[in-house]
Amino acid sequence: MRRSSAIKPVVFAAALLPLAILVYDGFNAGLGANPIEEVELRTGRWALRFIAITLAVTPLRRITGWNEVIKYRRMLGLFAFFYATLHLLAFVGLDMFFDVGDIVEDIVKHPYITIGMATWLMLLPLAITSTKGWVRRLGGKRWNMLHRLIYVAAITGTIHYLWAVKKDTFLPFVYLGIIASLLAWRLWVWLAKRRERAWREVPTIS
Amino acid sequence: MLIRRRPELPSSEITDERIYVDRRKFLTASSLFGVAAATGALPGCLGASPSDAQADDKLTPFNDVTTYNNYYEFGTAKEDPAKNAGSFRTRPWSVAVEGMVKKPAVYNLEDIVRPVSQEERIYRLRCVEGWSMVIPWLGFSLAAFINRVEPSSQARFVEFTTLRDPSQMPGVRRPVLDWPYTEGLRLDEAMHPLTILATGLYGRALPNQNGAPLRLVVPWKYGFKSIKGIVKMRFTDRQPATAWNKAAPSEYGFYSNVNPEVDHPRWSQAKERRIGEFLRRRTLMFNGYGDQVARMYAGMDLRRNY
Repeated sequence: MRRSSAIKPVVFAAALLPLAILVYDGFNAGLGANPIEEVELRTGRWALRFIAITLAVTPLRRITGWNEVIKYRRMLGLFAFFYATLHLLAFVGLDMFFDVGDIVEDIVKHPYITIGMATWLMLLPLAITSTKGWVRRLGGKRWNMLHRLIYVAAITGTIHYLWAVKKDTFLPFVYLGIIASLLAWRLWVWLAKRRERAWREVPTIS
Repeated sequence: MLIRRRPELPSSEITDERIYVDRRKFLTASSLFGVAAATGALPGCLGASPSDAQADDKLTPFNDVTTYNNYYEFGTAKEDPAKNAGSFRTRPWSVAVEGMVKKPAVYNLEDIVRPVSQEERIYRLRCVEGWSMVIPWLGFSLAAFINRVEPSSQARFVEFTTLRDPSQMPGVRRPVLDWPYTEGLRLDEAMHPLTILATGLYGRALPNQNGAPLRLVVPWKYGFKSIKGIVKMRFTDRQPATAWNKAAPSEYGFYSNVNPEVDHPRWSQAKERRIGEFLRRRTLMFNGYGDQVARMYAGMDLRRNY
């Protein structure tokens, strides 16, 4: 208990580091010739990374037995939302400079923007209902059901990245591979459980 | 060799104070006395700014021009070419001229460059990704070289090829594009006075990441048409296959003229971000060079011939 309370602020500070570096680079000409594009790239990649990190919590806990790690899951998930929101704000405020017409046209006409927007909209209710109060209000079962949306958001978020890239899809596929393995692990556990249950329920012939 | 032939074409209109001041450095650096003479004669020319001129076209800083590049042979991230092309060997260099020409040969770079006078051309460069720059190139008209090699009467297209050297170009070790990179122009496009072979920028030798020692610049087309590190020109009667068209035919056509009305299938081409500026600006038809080039495409459906 004492150890986790000491670790939490460290994790929190570490999760803010990408933002700190971004701000530092912003003030020190470290964002290259096209800083707006760079801000979009970095915040977008960190949103995806935090989604992957959040999805890694449960497998890590099951495989290593390190139960305490679950205590950081909400915070990590909220950081995914945080970077996704910065990413969206960079698009709306910096790239498009609040040009509503262009933004709407982009969302409607261009599938990679559509799916990116949809991903953020999926993360939004998860962030809102991340509090203890909402877990109580929804009930554990329903809350769990709702929060499975992150599986969908993880996939659509990576597709957003894949479709945005001009040609070199190597990195997006690395992200997709990591997300797919994290989801495949869950599928495998779920199938194993079902098989076990089915096996237990086989009527014995006497 | 005085070059007073400041093209009636609008370079990019206004010469930035920096380049004006820079012209001395550029003198000593490249001993291109002619350029200085032309620059001296400049203000008069610039006063009569052509119809498509944009008074707010400022030169993109040298540092941005040389650190934000698409040159996939050296990596696909914008900063990769500047990082990976430093030790690229540009001498000795030769260009093979093949196909339907009367004088096919392998030309040494010096043989190509020495007989022609280098002049400065300030052009807008519009990338298909939606960003743009204004670059003061040094170079010479491609037409001058084509006239030297004498295309035969059947020749209708020119195909250009970039060097493919895995030992020097880490990017070609991965099949991102079908290496070597190739590009092509219709012969009339290649002969157009705006089309140049560039050997430098900002008054100095072309940096490796910008396509040294010899690259094409076709300012009314998306940047990827302006092929870098040219080692071959082949004259042909058939429209050549081009690298990006092969990679994604629905996204990149043979012509690839800058056209704000025809979107890339995945994103809009109506606006662009000028590197160094915050707000996006409207993209101009033919990148603002319509007065000079539009007639080459008269009667063509530019939506189909994207």
